[in-house]
Amino acid sequence: MSYNFKETMNKTERLAPGHRMCAGCGGTIAVRNVLRGLHEGDKAVIGNATGCLEVSTFTYPYTAWEDSYIHNAFENAGATMSGVEGAYKALKRKGKIDANYKFITFGGDGGTYDIGLQSLSGAMERNQDLVYVCYDNGAYMNTGIQRSSATPMYANTTTTPVGSESNGKPQNRKDLASVIAAHDIPYVAQTTFVQNFKDLHIKSEKAIYTPGAAFLNIMAPCPRGWRYNTPDIMEICKLGVETCYWPLFEVVEGKWILNYEPKKKLPIEDFLRPQGRFKHLFKKGNEYLLEAFQQEVDRRWEELQFRCSR
Amino acid sequence: MGKRERLSGNEAVAIALRQINPDVFPAFPITPSTEIPQYFASFVANGQVDTEFIPVESEHSSMSAAIGASAAGARSLTATSSCGLAYMWEELYIAASNRLPLALALVNRALSGPININCDHSDSMGARDAGWIQIYAENNQEAYDNMVQAYRISENADVRLPIMICQDGFITSHAVENIELLDDADVKNFVGEYEPEDYLLNSECPMAVGPYAITDYYMEAKRAQAEGMRNVPRVVEEVAKEFAVISGREYGLFESYRMENAERAVVMIGSAAGTTKDAIDRLREKGEKVGLVKIRLYRPFPADEIAELLKNVKAVAIMDRAESYTNHGGPLGADVMSALYRARANALAVNYIYGLGGRDVRVEDMEGVFRALEQMIEEGDAGETYRYLGVRE
Repeated sequence: MSYNFKETMNKTERLAPGHRMCAGCGGTIAVRNVLRGLHEGDKAVIGNATGCLEVSTFTYPYTAWEDSYIHNAFENAGATMSGVEGAYKALKRKGKIDANYKFITFGGDGGTYDIGLQSLSGAMERNQDLVYVCYDNGAYMNTGIQRSSATPMYANTTTTPVGSESNGKPQNRKDLASVIAAHDIPYVAQTTFVQNFKDLHIKSEKAIYTPGAAFLNIMAPCPRGWRYNTPDIMEICKLGVETCYWPLFEVVEGKWILNYEPKKKLPIEDFLRPQGRFKHLFKKGNEYLLEAFQQEVDRRWEELQFRCSR
Repeated sequence: MGKRERLSGNEAVAIALRQINPDVFPAFPITPSTEIPQYFASFVANGQVDTEFIPVESEHSSMSAAIGASAAGARSLTATSSCGLAYMWEELYIAASNRLPLALALVNRALSGPININCDHSDSMGARDAGWIQIYAENNQEAYDNMVQAYRISENADVRLPIMICQDGFITSHAVENIELLDDADVKNFVGEYEPEDYLLNSECPMAVGPYAITDYYMEAKRAQAEGMRNVPRVVEEVAKEFAVISGREYGLFESYRMENAERAVVMIGSAAGTTKDAIDRLREKGEKVGLVKIRLYRPFPADEIAELLKNVKAVAIMDRAESYTNHGGPLGADVMSALYRARANALAVNYIYGLGGRDVRVEDMEGVFRALEQMIEEGDAGETYRYLGVRE
């Protein structure tokens, strides 16, 4: 697929400015770029799990959404959009509507990896014709940076605070893209903000225009929760990819495809160091934690390479 | 004209739904409501409806999907019982606050625990404050007739609220009784096409549903829901009048059974009303002035009308098939007693908890209730006003 950065960025915005998300929020960058995957003139219904994105973009009586939009609750974005898509099928069948619609729903990692997992799993297994987009910022940011199952190991969050007896979150993060791929749906992809958004754009367009269920997992840094210098978001994303912490891949009809392999895989410290949530890992005597983190990244990277080599 | 049949309450409701031909039906099985989506799935499989049937992975999702579908512009519904209703609790409030006129075929069953699949009203009574219209049935015929009337009430422009059509688990849902079904065409005509004003799939005008609304708007949203509820009794009566024309069967907010010059009355909901009617017939034969008020519309609660009916009664027993752990009675008891107080009625009132978890209630039990009322009148005192019927103490 050809990609023209200027042309893509000049597409009509479908999330209007004036919403109340933080400056530099990764969530809104994800949303605007996913929606650029829609072809001009195509209609969409946007769904949203409860979270920052919802409370900041649809504060009554204002909405920032140019398309039809539905927020229901925290844990049911998959089921809610299943109902919308079901209505579309039924009303089309009955000849009550003419227009063509696409269905895209957004959830943070809390609403996707955790409380909304069952609802998401149901929608994926039924192969509903929709795209579920997780903007993964690795914690419950809306309620004030509590750990989720997407939170990386050792991250300092308000429910895994670093203390004399704690090095932050003790557990590894859940590999949700693999979990969803195991649903055997037509399209799963993982991406973030790199290569002038080319990877994200191509995957969004594919996800939206693939018939059946599609899932996008987008690493969407949160400057408040990750505590990096806000303007550095693109650098943070690049380091996530170059360290193989957040590899870019697709699973198309069950076939795993690695989209990018760094020429020289960078050490995980390069990704962790700019982030305040990992500050404690760089204290003298904590080198073993960095080693353990590196081992975990290596193990997952090798596993992914193996899957993609078959 | 109508067709005579022998059907269970579940099959009757499923047939009503086939005749209505709703747009979207997400469902998850739970005893004793499971048969409703089962029958319906066979209608889908055989091309008798063109509904989108979505077999979801939980009741939370069945209500969530029904909400999504309704917001999208579809006529939607689901069916459930007991823990299924409890699981979708949060969604009940969201459906109501979004003013979505979807329907829920509820087959009343006890809430866990201990886990129990039999009838009581603890599920829907717990949801009575969720902002849903609640209509109850005594038997399969009423369950069917109520289902046929449901969307005409919920979709009315002055109402626009979700509606729960309740029937008693197993007693009504599974017992096969005689029933008169309406012609498919009559139901189709009666229910009509759903034409929502604003909906997600309106290509002329996009719409946003489910906002964040805090102190500056939340209270007005709730007040607007209450306004819709205020219009419900009028609409229920209007729809019932039209329904009588096609069916010959008359419905109101409640049924008044042999209440003429009654001195003692029972107020109750659901299938046990049939049992109570038998007790009343026996006692009336002996010349006793006894009667029944059977609630059909429980939310909103027709307090003034019920108080008016009970104003000349000397003693009344309010029967609750649900606990509410107030230490002074159940939910229907609280509603009726407050109605009596508002009307400055002088009746002695007592509240019974009965039939929990499917505990049988017999004609003799209800005769016993009327005897207890007699004793209260003789003594001029209600005594203990919070009683259990048919329990081993």
